[in-house]
Amino acid sequence: MSAPLSRQPADPTAHGIAQALGWFSIGLGVLEILAPRKMARTLGMPRARGVLAGYGVREIASGVGLLWAKDRRPWIWSRVGGDALDVATLATGLGRRNPQRGASGLAMAMVLGVTALDIFCAARLSAAPGRSVPVRDYSARTGWPHGAAAARGAAGDFRTPRDMRAPPGLRHLNGGSAQPT
Amino acid sequence: MRALCYHGKQDIRCDTVPDPRIEDPRDAIIKVTSCAICGSDLHLYDGFMPGMENGDIMGHEFMGEVMEVGRGNTRLKVGDRVVVPFTIICGECEQCRRGNYSVCERSNRNKDVADKVFGHTTAGLFGYTHLTGGYAGGQAEYVRVPYADASAVKVPSTLTDEQVLFLGDIFPTGWQAAVACDIEPTDTVAVWGCGPVGQFAIRSAIMLGAKQVVAIDNVPERLVMAKAAGAIVIDFDQESVVERLNDLTQGKGPEKCIDAVGLEAHASRSIDSLYDRAKQAMMLETDRPHVLREIMYVCRPAGTISVPGVYGGLLDKIPFGAFMNKGLTMRTGQTHVNRWTDDLLRRIEEGQIDPSFVITHRASLEEGPALYKTFRDKQDGCVKVVLRP
Repeated sequence: MSAPLSRQPADPTAHGIAQALGWFSIGLGVLEILAPRKMARTLGMPRARGVLAGYGVREIASGVGLLWAKDRRPWIWSRVGGDALDVATLATGLGRRNPQRGASGLAMAMVLGVTALDIFCAARLSAAPGRSVPVRDYSARTGWPHGAAAARGAAGDFRTPRDMRAPPGLRHLNGGSAQPT
Repeated sequence: MRALCYHGKQDIRCDTVPDPRIEDPRDAIIKVTSCAICGSDLHLYDGFMPGMENGDIMGHEFMGEVMEVGRGNTRLKVGDRVVVPFTIICGECEQCRRGNYSVCERSNRNKDVADKVFGHTTAGLFGYTHLTGGYAGGQAEYVRVPYADASAVKVPSTLTDEQVLFLGDIFPTGWQAAVACDIEPTDTVAVWGCGPVGQFAIRSAIMLGAKQVVAIDNVPERLVMAKAAGAIVIDFDQESVVERLNDLTQGKGPEKCIDAVGLEAHASRSIDSLYDRAKQAMMLETDRPHVLREIMYVCRPAGTISVPGVYGGLLDKIPFGAFMNKGLTMRTGQTHVNRWTDDLLRRIEEGQIDPSFVITHRASLEEGPALYKTFRDKQDGCVKVVLRP
């Protein structure tokens, strides 16, 4: 293959935030899958435990995508979409009839804070979609003063020390046998 | 004097510190004319290696002029121009006499600690944790060189600093990695990692006559540099490393594999690295050995694995079943620098190779802290940084 001479511009800040959000997403997802009943009770929404477990799967998928994918943009936007679902779900727990509405309110505040971070990160990552910048061209940096042909096998006079010789079983057969004697 | 000092994770500063002085008759004080930031300095920078203390002077790739010698040092004289290997060697112990300089039995002055951590001590190293002696490093205006009569390599004035500086580490390290493969003319040599050590391993394998050399990375400019030497390149973001290597070897796998990556494999480019990263976060694992796993899987049965890449501690999920059943051989260790320097210096003088090809950034010592970050993040096409104090 011929290696490309251009690549996506890096935004270390946005990518750093995206990575942190990826781990956060996985951590939250694991919590939602392992303890949906307790979380639902804490929020005063006991019937939402199935929903919370489902959201856990979504969080883990977004997190793995953010950490693994070469292009993080769809995954960070998937988090923004997920935030909207979280807000809508938590909003149902803010009514006066919920004795745990304080906890739901606190959770809502946290989700809104993370949503702001998700949107900021998504906007930064999407700032220049597809734009490439040239990298330095090192195609002339051979290291061979006398050219590539002269370099190949130039150290043919070198004798491998005994302690670094390959196992006999891998020695070149040269038409015969390489079995150790 | 001015020196680059460690102040915690990702915090390197250019400080004013006391000048070094002769402490032992075999010492020498060197005025540093050129020094470099090494990939293994980044393991310290990122906090992966234990045993660094606030104020430690960084750096183990340096050269310069002898300013002062101890009264027991008869081999060097003031004014000599020398490259200093990163391994500190006494030249007299049993291991040194065998040529196993990187495991010198006497040069680590914190031997007791190393004995506890590794079972037995290894050599002292410049600027590389108190586990290896806590010696002040060479990213400074001056440096004290212990056992200088045994280790310092005199270099001729006909060669520039940039041509010989890397004799102290990355060139012999890449060379030893290739030598440890005992390359034959029919061999395919695959090199994971196209950083500075990888670049020298690639060129060494070519000089030693490999049939084909394959370079694996995902940084475009590093792949271009590897290709410039004559390597076949694989961008692991674009294609499957295992499939391509099998294609290049008629399905048999490369005979010789070199891991020039080490403990900080990309944390987000494979499922197993994500797993390693999660375990690192929980302090259940210290290193990310994705490359070792891939090598053990793809290497030809009865093949050889050479590991110049630095590992620091405990590794998980190593496919040792593949390693054992395929009858693989592994050679590793820090570099026995002095074993190779005379031969490599001759090859530079003869024009077989010019090591300065790898330098992409030149700067003052004061600019060093910023360049640590540039190098770590592979920004601005950074492959190798040389500093002039």
